[in-house]
Amino acid sequence: MSLQPVKFYQTGTFTVGNRLLAPEERSVQANMQRTNSLNSGHRACQGCGEALGARYAIDAAMNASNRQLIAANATGCLEVFSTPYPETSWQIPWIHSLFGNTAAVATGIAAAIKIKKQKGQGGDVRVVAQGGDGGTTDIGFGCLSGMFERNDDVLYICYDNGGYMNTGVQRSSATPPAARTATTMPLGPEPGNQFGQGKFLPAIAMAHEIPYVATATVADLRDLEYKVTHAMSIRGARYIHILVPCPLGWGTASHDTIRMARLAKETGIFPVFEAEYGVVKSALAIRRPLPVEEYLRPQKRYAHLFGKSPAVETIARIQALADKNIRKYGLQARKGA
Amino acid sequence: MLKQCEGSHAVAEAVALCRPEVICAYPISPQTHIVEGLGEMCKSGELADCEFINVESEFAAMSVAIGSSAAGARTYTATASQGLLYMVEAVYNASGLGLPIVMTVANRAIGAPINIWNDHSDSLSQRDCGWIQLFAETNQEALDLHIQAFKLAEELSLPIMVCMDGFILTHAYERVDMPTQEQVDAFLPPYEPRQVLDPAEPVSIGAMVGPEAFMEVRYLAHAKQMQALERIPQMAEEFQKVFGRKIGGLTHTYCGEDAETMVVAMGSVLGTIKDVVDEMRSAGHKVGVLGITSFRPFPLDAVREALKGCKRFVILEKSLAVGIGGIVATNVRLAVTGLGLQGYTVVAGLGGRAITKKSLHALFIRAGRGELGPLTFLDLDWEVINRQLERERLTRRSGPAAESMLRDLGTVASKIA
Repeated sequence: MSLQPVKFYQTGTFTVGNRLLAPEERSVQANMQRTNSLNSGHRACQGCGEALGARYAIDAAMNASNRQLIAANATGCLEVFSTPYPETSWQIPWIHSLFGNTAAVATGIAAAIKIKKQKGQGGDVRVVAQGGDGGTTDIGFGCLSGMFERNDDVLYICYDNGGYMNTGVQRSSATPPAARTATTMPLGPEPGNQFGQGKFLPAIAMAHEIPYVATATVADLRDLEYKVTHAMSIRGARYIHILVPCPLGWGTASHDTIRMARLAKETGIFPVFEAEYGVVKSALAIRRPLPVEEYLRPQKRYAHLFGKSPAVETIARIQALADKNIRKYGLQARKGA
Repeated sequence: MLKQCEGSHAVAEAVALCRPEVICAYPISPQTHIVEGLGEMCKSGELADCEFINVESEFAAMSVAIGSSAAGARTYTATASQGLLYMVEAVYNASGLGLPIVMTVANRAIGAPINIWNDHSDSLSQRDCGWIQLFAETNQEALDLHIQAFKLAEELSLPIMVCMDGFILTHAYERVDMPTQEQVDAFLPPYEPRQVLDPAEPVSIGAMVGPEAFMEVRYLAHAKQMQALERIPQMAEEFQKVFGRKIGGLTHTYCGEDAETMVVAMGSVLGTIKDVVDEMRSAGHKVGVLGITSFRPFPLDAVREALKGCKRFVILEKSLAVGIGGIVATNVRLAVTGLGLQGYTVVAGLGGRAITKKSLHALFIRAGRGELGPLTFLDLDWEVINRQLERERLTRRSGPAAESMLRDLGTVASKIA
C-alpha cells in the first residue's frame, strides 16, 4: 500500500482560518471554541461586508472579554438581517433600541454594569455598541460624541458601507464623492454625490482625544481582530471604524467584497490606522499605491465616471483625496522599510 | 420627618430613598433642581451605589435610561416641556420594550412661542406613549408618588411619569413629611427585572416584530395598563400601611356627595379649586371636585362613578388640543357617555397664566347657571386677539404674531394676572 504524503498548504501562512499555526498565533476565528456571536442562518446578502466584519469583531471582543459582553445595536442592516423575532443570530446579550441612540444605550448598560459590580451583584461585563455609517455619522452622531466626551467605557464599532443600504441605498454623510445613490443620482452637471468637506468620523473621534481610535477593513481580518482585541484591553471610550463593502449598494459582485476592501486600502481611499488619545500611532502601509481608477471601475455606483467620455476631472479629484490620505496618515511604505 | 423644603428637593430626596442605581440628567427648567439635588447626593456619597450621568440631550437621557434599565439597574431621570418632546422616540421605545424607568415631568408649556411656565401640554402630548402618568396635587403627593411609581413600574415592567406642576410645585417651599429609609425599604423591594441583558443567559431585546404579532404585543401594553388600574388603588392602601397617609389612587373627590356641579382637574390647581368650592359651599352652592391622579391609565369607571350623581361638570384643564378643545375633557366625556350630563370644557392657565380664585368663582357660577359654552378659554383677552386678527386681515406681512400681540398689550416682560 502506497502512502500519499499529506501537504499542508496553510503551513507558514497567517491566513485567518489557519489552524496549523501555534495556538498563540491563530486567529480568533480559527479557534474551534470561537463563540459564533453572530451565528449562521441570518439574512444578510451574499458577500455582505458588514456580516463578515461584525462576525470577526464581535467574536474577537467576546474572546477578549472572557465572554462577558453585551452589545447594543443601531437600527439598520445588521439589526434587521440578524434578528426578526422569533429568530436571532446573536449568541450574546443584545439590544436594539433606536436608530440614533446606540452609543447612549451602551453608556446606560455600562453604567448599570459598573454599579452592579460595585454592589457585588455582577461581574466584569464589557459593552460594545455597533451601527452602520448612517446610524453613526448622521443620526447617531450626537449620542456618539456625548459618549466620547464623557469617556464612557464603551467600544463603538461603525460598519461603514457608505450609505443607507437598508432603506434602499440612499446617501449618508459617509457616502464618498461622486458615488451614485438613490438620492444622489448620476444626473446633472455634477452627477452622483457632491464633493463636500468630508465627514470622516475616525478623525472626529480623534478630536475627542479618546483613548483609542482605529480603522480597519474586511480585507485584513487579522488586523481587525487585533484592533478589537487591543481596544478591549483599554478602558474608556474606544472607536473602531470598519470599511465594509456592500455588493447591493456599491454594485459589485458578491465575490469581490474583500477585493474591494483591499483596493480601498491600497489606493489610499480608506486609510487604515490606529490612534491613541488623538494621535496617530501606526498605519497599515501601502506597498505600491494603486490608482483610484482600479477601485472605482468595478463599482456600478461609479459607472457614470467611465462612460463614452470618462469623467477625467472627477477621477482626478478622487485621486487627489486618496493622495491626501496617503500623505496625512503616512500610508506609503518607505523604501527599504 | 416633617420638614420645610422646596418641591424639587423633596422629590430628589424621595428618589434617593428609592435607591436608584443609574440617574441620567439633562438640564431643562423647571426640572433642574431635582437632578441638581440628586447629582449632589451622588457626588457627596450620600446616595451610594448610584451612577449619575450628565448627558448631552434629553434624547440621550432617555436612551441611557433604556440601556441601564435593560441591564437591570433601577433607573431615574427627569425632564419637562421641549425636553420631553426631544426624547419622544426613546419615550415610546422605553414603554415598548417594557422597561420600568421612572421619570419626573416638571410640567411646562411647549413652544413656540417659547415659554418656561407651567401647563400640562408636555405630558399630555405623550398620553398615548404607553407610559403610566400620575399627576401630583401637592409636594407631599409628588414625593410619595415617586416611591409608589418605582414599585408599580417594576411590578408591571412599565415606565411611569410622575407629573408635577413646574414652578408651582417644583419651586414651592412647603411642609412635607419625608419618609425614612426603613419605611421606603419596607415598601419597595429590590428590582427584579423580567428581562435583562446578562451574559449568563443571553437574550435579544428589541428585535423586529411583523404584522403576525405586532397587534398582540401592543395589546399586551394595554393589558398592563389595565392591570395598573387595579393596582394603583391597592398601592395607595399598601402605602398607607407603611407610611400612615393615604396618597395616590386613581382619583380623589372633594365635596362630591351631593354636588350638582362637579369640577374636574389635575395637578396643583386642585388646591385653588377646593378653596373656591369651600367658599361657594358656604354660600349654598352645591359644587364638588374630582381630581384625577392617574391620567394613564385613565380611570373611566372611577370618573363615571364620581360624576354620575351631578347635573353638570366642568373640566378645567391646563392643555389645549388645538382644533378640537380639551385633552382631559375628551377622556372625561368618554367616561360619562350616556349619562346625559352637561359638560363644559375650560382651557385655563396655559403658559403659566395664573388661575385665580376670582376667575374660578365666576366660572363655576356661570356653569351652574348654564351660561357656559361647550369650550371656554379662561381669562382670554379677546380684544388682543381681535386686533391681531384684524392686523392679519389688513396686512399680508403682519410679522410674528406673538410679537405684535405683546406690543399691542404694551407689556414689558411678563405680566401675570
